[in-house]
Amino acid sequence: MKALIALLLMLASAPVFAQSALPPAPYANRQIADPALERKAKALMETIRCLTCQSQSIADSNASMAGDMRSEIRERIMHGEQPEAIRTWLISRYGDWVSYEPTAAPILWPLWAAPLVLLGLGLLLLRGRIKKKARS
Amino acid sequence: MIAETGLAALWLAAALALLQLILAFAGLKGGKPELLAAVRPAAVAQGVLTAIAFALLVTLFLRSDMSVLLVVTNSHSMKPWLYKFAGAWGNHEGSMLLWVTVMGMAGAAVALFERALRRDTHMATLGGQAAISLGFYAFLLFSSNPFARIDPAPADGQGLNPLLQDPGLAFHPPTLYLGYVGLSVAFSFAIGALLTRQVDAAFARAMRPWVLAAWVLLTLGITAGSYWAYYELGWGGWWFWDPVENASLMPWLAATALLHSVTVLATRDALRAWTIMLAVVAFSMSMVGTFLVRSGILTSVHAFAVDPTRGSFILALLALYIGGALALFGWRIGSVREGAPFELVSRETMLVVNNLLLTVILGLVLIGTLYPLMTEAFGHKVSVGAPYFDRIAGPIALALMVAMAAGPLTRWRKDRARLVGKRLLIPAAIALIVAISLSVFALGRIGILPFLGLVIALSVGVASLAPLWKRNLRRTPLFTYGMVIAHLGCAVSLAGMACDSAFTVEKLVAARPGDTIQTAGWTLHFRKIAPLAGDNWTALQADIDVSRGGGSVLIHPQSRFFASPPTTTSEAALLTRWNGQLYVVLGEEVEGGRWQLRVWWKPFVTLIWLGGVMIALGGAMALVGRERRGWLMKWRARKATEVAA
Repeated sequence: MKALIALLLMLASAPVFAQSALPPAPYANRQIADPALERKAKALMETIRCLTCQSQSIADSNASMAGDMRSEIRERIMHGEQPEAIRTWLISRYGDWVSYEPTAAPILWPLWAAPLVLLGLGLLLLRGRIKKKARS
Repeated sequence: MIAETGLAALWLAAALALLQLILAFAGLKGGKPELLAAVRPAAVAQGVLTAIAFALLVTLFLRSDMSVLLVVTNSHSMKPWLYKFAGAWGNHEGSMLLWVTVMGMAGAAVALFERALRRDTHMATLGGQAAISLGFYAFLLFSSNPFARIDPAPADGQGLNPLLQDPGLAFHPPTLYLGYVGLSVAFSFAIGALLTRQVDAAFARAMRPWVLAAWVLLTLGITAGSYWAYYELGWGGWWFWDPVENASLMPWLAATALLHSVTVLATRDALRAWTIMLAVVAFSMSMVGTFLVRSGILTSVHAFAVDPTRGSFILALLALYIGGALALFGWRIGSVREGAPFELVSRETMLVVNNLLLTVILGLVLIGTLYPLMTEAFGHKVSVGAPYFDRIAGPIALALMVAMAAGPLTRWRKDRARLVGKRLLIPAAIALIVAISLSVFALGRIGILPFLGLVIALSVGVASLAPLWKRNLRRTPLFTYGMVIAHLGCAVSLAGMACDSAFTVEKLVAARPGDTIQTAGWTLHFRKIAPLAGDNWTALQADIDVSRGGGSVLIHPQSRFFASPPTTTSEAALLTRWNGQLYVVLGEEVEGGRWQLRVWWKPFVTLIWLGGVMIALGGAMALVGRERRGWLMKWRARKATEVAA
């Protein structure tokens, strides 16, 4: 009876096994032995977008493609590549969309200028409200 | 019959909203004041009717009535009753009905309980509430009818997204909506005040409790949502800068600014135009958020059924209401006399700095959320996510925390910079000590933002208690305690965020039953893995003994499989200790009978949500404190007139 229940449960769980039909990439869920390198890899993974999920980084995703990308990043870091070089490679392959870290491309200049513009405008408005006497 | 009754109740409520709008404006502008007598009953009846419609939808879900389309597409007869119940709003149509219900009931509450507002402004406010409700009734009835039937009725439904099958669904959306949509009251107050040109301290005192109530609920809703995402998604993150999270954060930022500026208006009769503007912006942000989520123009884990006609409908509503309110603002604000300017060193200036920084963060979150849409229009797809928001909004938020410490220690009207500095001496000393000890013990291991976060959290935490220093604690009013607790809550929450990002230890392993794993002072003994069946799911469950020095505790991370719709979710096992949480996730099976395990030790992470609850509690105390003082004063005045008589 127990065996039958176990079998039924296995059948019910078929989608999971289907997911792991292909062996996952070696470093998808395995950390680099050197903690300093792993920290570097992790920091990069947190800023790379999972391409098959809805707004998640590859560091927080169960998707198999995210696992492959994590493995790729860990292996490249172990080979001594710098995180920014890996990001550039990922961008050249998947486009700017893959990086949550906005680049310095001209189309993003307004985004980086936004905080300064908003703060400047706010301070100007604030200046108008302070008593003239107090300012001089 | 139930579905048709629900639909009829909605149509009646919509008709009453139209009536309420006409009566209010005919009464105020048409020279027929006798019409105003029917405005309040209309608002109350509308609230009752929407509540009935909502209760009927919940009934349909509880009874698994498969002749109703919405139940078919979002429910299943085998679901536990809690998720049948909460599933009523775990979908587009149901959540829009919840929206309309909250709006109707908020209008009824304003009709029943608002006593301080001048009568004509009160009536204009109810007219405004009816005007915005009408648009959302139209949206519900014409493009998102929750009561539509399906013929022939299928044997069973398609089930609810398993990620939503969690007690969080029963609490998070209703609380969030009460706050999110509750801000419509502030919007209507602003419309009312602009129409009757009553923008003064008395108006601000009347509006303040409504803003506070919505803000408290919004705070609780966001806090609950964050914790839910943290334990349900299984990656240990608590905020993802997802467009929908941003959509709830933006109204919160605006409401927080409004809460402070309305106090300046109530106390010093200044910041008139600005306060009205913020009241308009806060609810506008709620509507913008709804548009972003429901139109599907931004991808998000929260987006339900995506339908372009709905998107255009909401966009039209947005243009109508936000545009209309801004036009009214532009037309009338010229006639609102500007309040007196401030001294540079004064509580007023500190509160304006608070407003400035909150508004800048709001602007940045809005720009960052919409920016990918704008670049896409130019054929360039980019992502704006956590790295941008953390780096840009983070430092401004830290500056805001410092202003928050100094604000309550600065006097109204005029103070001296040297005296304010003196009052901040102890917190500054604490900041220095924390900075030095962190540099000694953790230099190079933690980033600059978590470092500053810890320094500021500890010193601001102490500074937030300073308003109670040398005061008679028994005679200190409740609303002062409320402010102290809310500000302390901000520091507590910041401490949790900084500790999580500075000190979290992550370990990924592939382990066989029988293996032992060591991480961050914890020993995990993986005992076995076995199948398990629940109401509408089956699971593989791991038994893991965890210990840290003393006795061991058995925890059970699971991997769950839902049949309808077919989905796998991971149920993390969380072990809470006073100084943090152990977070264990069971992953997939790998070669050699081993299982992926993800283990995190997150020091003091629970402070994030404890702080959120403290902020809400502080708001609730301020609300009760102010209102009770009002009741007491009225009661004493009545007593005095009775004695005189």
